[in-house]
Formats: sequence, C-alpha cells, structure tokens
Amino acid sequence: MSPTLLPLLVGLPLAAAGLTALARQGARWPSVVLIAALSLNLSGALWLVVTTRSGGVLAHGVGGWPGGISIPFVGDTLSALMLVVTGLLTLVCSAFALNTGLGAVRLFAPLVLTLTAGVNGALLTADIFNMFVFIEVMLLPSYGLLILARRGRGTLGSVVGSRLYVTFNLFVSTVFLAGVAFVYGTAGTVNLAELAGAARSSPLVAAATAVCLFALGMKAAVVPTHGWLARAYPSTSPAVTALFSGLHTKVAIYAIYRVYAVVFEGDQRYLWIGVVVFSATMAVGVLGAVGEDTMRSILAFHMVSQIGYILLGVALFTPAGLAAGIFYLLHHMVVKASLFLSTGAIEVRAGEGRLDRLRGFARREPLLAAAFLMAALSLAGLPPFSGFVAKLTLILAALDAGQVAAAVVAIVVSLVTLLSMLKIWNAVFVSREDTGEDTGGAGGGAGVSVRERTEIPRVGILGSLPALALAGVTLFLGLGAELLLSLASTAAAGLIDTAPYVQAVLG
Amino acid sequence: MMLALSVGALVAGAAYLMLDRTFLRVVIGFVLLGHAVNLLLFSSGGILRRTEPLGSEPDPAVTADALPQAFVLTAIVIAFAITVYMLVLAVTGRADEEAQAEGDGEAAAPDAAETDAPNTDGRTGAAPRSTDEESRA
Repeated sequence: MSPTLLPLLVGLPLAAAGLTALARQGARWPSVVLIAALSLNLSGALWLVVTTRSGGVLAHGVGGWPGGISIPFVGDTLSALMLVVTGLLTLVCSAFALNTGLGAVRLFAPLVLTLTAGVNGALLTADIFNMFVFIEVMLLPSYGLLILARRGRGTLGSVVGSRLYVTFNLFVSTVFLAGVAFVYGTAGTVNLAELAGAARSSPLVAAATAVCLFALGMKAAVVPTHGWLARAYPSTSPAVTALFSGLHTKVAIYAIYRVYAVVFEGDQRYLWIGVVVFSATMAVGVLGAVGEDTMRSILAFHMVSQIGYILLGVALFTPAGLAAGIFYLLHHMVVKASLFLSTGAIEVRAGEGRLDRLRGFARREPLLAAAFLMAALSLAGLPPFSGFVAKLTLILAALDAGQVAAAVVAIVVSLVTLLSMLKIWNAVFVSREDTGEDTGGAGGGAGVSVRERTEIPRVGILGSLPALALAGVTLFLGLGAELLLSLASTAAAGLIDTAPYVQAVLG
Repeated sequence: MMLALSVGALVAGAAYLMLDRTFLRVVIGFVLLGHAVNLLLFSSGGILRRTEPLGSEPDPAVTADALPQAFVLTAIVIAFAITVYMLVLAVTGRADEEAQAEGDGEAAAPDAAETDAPNTDGRTGAAPRSTDEESRA
C-alpha cells in the first residue's frame, strides 16, 4: 500500500457519509453504500496489514508538507491490526442493525460512516491534538446513534443514558485538551515523533503527558472511573452497544499503548501505577457484574474487567507482555461484540434483557446458543478459543516480569468470569421453557407468561449470523493463534523500539 | 498571573455548577470549563509574544504562536456543537427531572458498591420496546 493512500481511510468514509446524508426517509440505497464503504474500508485495512506485516511503517504528511509541520498519518502493524478489527466489527454490527430494523432509521448510515472515519483517524494519526479532534469526530456521531436508537420510545430511559455519556465524555475530552495544552506548553510540540522520549528526560513533560494518559484512562473505563460505562452502555439499543463496545474504549486503549510507548519510551519508573490500577480494574469489574441481573449490564461490567487485562500488557512493558496485551485487545473486541450481538438478538425479539424473564432459548435458537457459548467460553479463557491463548500469554508474561500478584488476580478473575457467563447461560439458554417447579437453581423469577412467550418471534439464521461469524473468528484465532501472535509480536516490537516510527513520521 | 487566576476562577465556577442537579446548570458549567481550557491552551503558546505572525520578515522572538490559536479555534467549534446537543438533551428530559432525582444521585457515583441499586433508567426504557422492534423487523 502506498503511504499516500492512508488519508483515504478517513476521507472515503467521510465522503460516503456526506453522500448518504442526502437520502430521503425510507430510501434503501444508503444501506448499500454503507455496506460497500465498510467492506472497502476493511479491505484497505487488510492491505495495510499485509504491507506492514514485517514491521514496516508507512507515513504520509497531508499535502506533501515536510515532517514536523504536516498533519501526519502513520500506519504501522499495531494500527493496521486495530483498523482491521474495528472495520470488521463496524461491518458486522451494521449488518445486525440492518437486520433488526435500526438500520432503517434515516441517519443511521451517515452516522456510522462518520464514526468509522473518526476511529480510523484516531488510529492513524501521529499528533496528539489531531487525536483529540478525531476522538471528537468519533464521539459526535456516537451521541447521535445513542439517541436515535431509542427515538420515540419514552423520554426517560432514552435521555438518562445519553446525558451521562455525553457529559462524561465531554468532561474527559476537556481534560485531554488541557493535557495537550500542557504538553505544548512544556515540550513545544504535539507531534508524537518529536515528543519521542521527551517524558523520560523531562519531568515536566512527563506530568503533562500524564494528564493526557489520565484522560485516556477515564475514557477506557479504568477503575475507579468505570461507572459511566456500566450505566450508559445498556441504555441504548443492542446493535449500538455492540458497536460502541468494540470501538470507543478500545481506541482509548490503543492511544494509551501508543502514547506510553512513544512519549515515555516505556519508562520503568511509572509502571507500578499501571499494575496496581489495572489489577484493581480486573477485580472490581468482575465483582460488579455479580450484582447485575440484565444480560447487557453483566456484559458491560465484564468489559471493565477485561480492560484491566488488556492494559496490564502495557503496564508490564516487556516484549511478551505487550504482545500478549495486543493479542488480548484484538481477541476481546471480537468476543465482546459477539456476546453483545447474540444477547442483543434475543433482547430485540423478546423486548427484555432480564435474566429472570427469559427462558429456554437454547432449544429455540440453537445457532445463537452456539455463538453465545463459544464467545462466553472464549471470554472466560477456555481452550480452544482465542481467550485461552490471550490469557495464557498474558499470565506467563506477568510471571516473567515478576508481577506474581497481578497474575494471581488474573487467574482468579477468569474463574469468576466463567461463573458469571454460566449464570447467563443457565438462566437464558438451558433453563426449561415451562416455568415453575423444574427450573431448579436458574434464578427464582416466574418467567414470562405463556401468552407472551409464544408471541416472541424467532431470531432465525439471519439474526444469528453476525454473532456466529464473530464467534467463528474467535475459534479461528484460538486454533491458528500463531498467525495473530506473530503479528502481535511485530506490533509489540514496534512499540519497544520506536525509532522506525519516529523516522517515518519525521521523514 | 492574571491568566492563571482567570483559569482557576473559571474552573472553580465550572465545578460548582456541575455539582448541581439541574441539567441546565451542568451544561453552563461545561461552557465555563471549556473557556478555562481554551485560555489554558491559549497561554501554552507564550503570553508575552503578541505581534502578528505576518509580513515578509517576522521576528520569531516577538510574534505570536499561531498553532495554539488554531487549536483553540478547533476546540471552540467542537465544544459549541456539543453544548447545543446537551441543551437539546436538557429540554427533552425536563419533565422527568423530579422523578429521576434519586436515580441521578446514584448514577453519578462511580462506585462498584452501587451495582445492587435499582437500575430504573435502563429498564423503563427497555419495557415498551418489544412491540416497536417487532413491527419494524
């Protein structure tokens, strides 16, 4: 792939968004344009992976300006891998949304395309101010999607989640912007390549960049700032939850990896903060899920817990730890979206996400049950799924780096995760459809009345396909783990030795 | 010094307004916070260099740094857009303000211990959804 094509990954989705915004209510062609643009985006990202698979870095300054002045777009192995997975998730979630009827909302296609442009931009930029701008480009359509999904369905539930989400994100963005101001004030530049190693030599720049990392950590829902995620995500439609779960917090995680690797050059002095905070995130997230009783709020709390695992990789900052963290990140995005889509398909049909109101879906929806079981076992870290490889490599890396306590937390938390997944499985899938005496330990509720239950339409093959496809990806990543592991190691090498990155940006 | 004091005063005002329960005051608090950060961003370019960076031979020692000004301009546009959106949210949910008073307090506390609290906001929205989704699908 030629470096000059990099800005197109932002430009094309934006152009498609502008085009589809012109459509009338009820027109079908925006859906076609949406799927075509997202497929093109995915193939472009795959091409970038192929180009950078051996550790090469592509960089392009927009408009041909020299490095240091230009607006830089950089693609290395890490950003290419992230682009592929975010592209895949956007495509699958859009297909799901089109299937469940959300895609028929007039502004759905332009909002998703703008979101894609923002995500791609944030993953490709090498300038922290542009990162702020692209994160805003990503967030603005998300605010729209959050409320569109609930349009015309009561006033209370639809705005409370949005109010929380918007105010929190605006606050975090403001803190991030303040951090950018401090960085510019102390280092005199916001270009990542020019900032390389600056935080290591100057405590002032380190403090300024720490403000940025602090804001990114809040965006990634690291404990103790995880409350917003568990509240806001279950309040919108399932397709949108799945989409956000794969994109928003993950872009923040990517940014943490990148900024700490480049600006701090993996400074060993501050790593203990990460180990402590991220271990707490693992434990608090999974314990939070215990008290929840709707499918999506349980999954949202698990997301918090998994974010702790992913970020532990950067807190170890060894080649093995970073590779394990990157592998975990990619695996987690796929698995979490699959879980949100399979439970979402049930929720859309049943109009209900409470565990005690749903019964016997394994017999009615065998495909969906298979998808959920695969993804749930993968999330808990059982072989032969990708979760096993991810957890094993991460725990080995933690032991290798001497972080025994963090490794123990990781093992205990995955056991609790398994219990929590079994809770959903037992309540929603395997419990008998007839209520009353023979439901045993699967939650005490009385279940849906006979009349309601018979009215729930079937999800069918089309509705199960998105979740099943992503579950298939996790199985493939588990069986053929060497492929992604070697790519993750290349990406980790690019974070340890940032010289090629800096060289490419500054030209 | 004056600049630092203004930023401090704006942040203090923002913090005070954001702790209020009325959503409109929260929005105004965000406007103040945005101003504070814009001033901060502005001052990061150096406050003593004030000549315009134009002409044939500008002296780098006295000309103003144009980059933070461009940053501020971008940030103002973004903050403005989000403020308008938040005002719409403030108007939409207004009638529910009293009924939601308890739930708001809990939603604001980022604490794992509150997971047992009744998640009223999620559920009231979820209940009437089934029929709509079915008719669409």
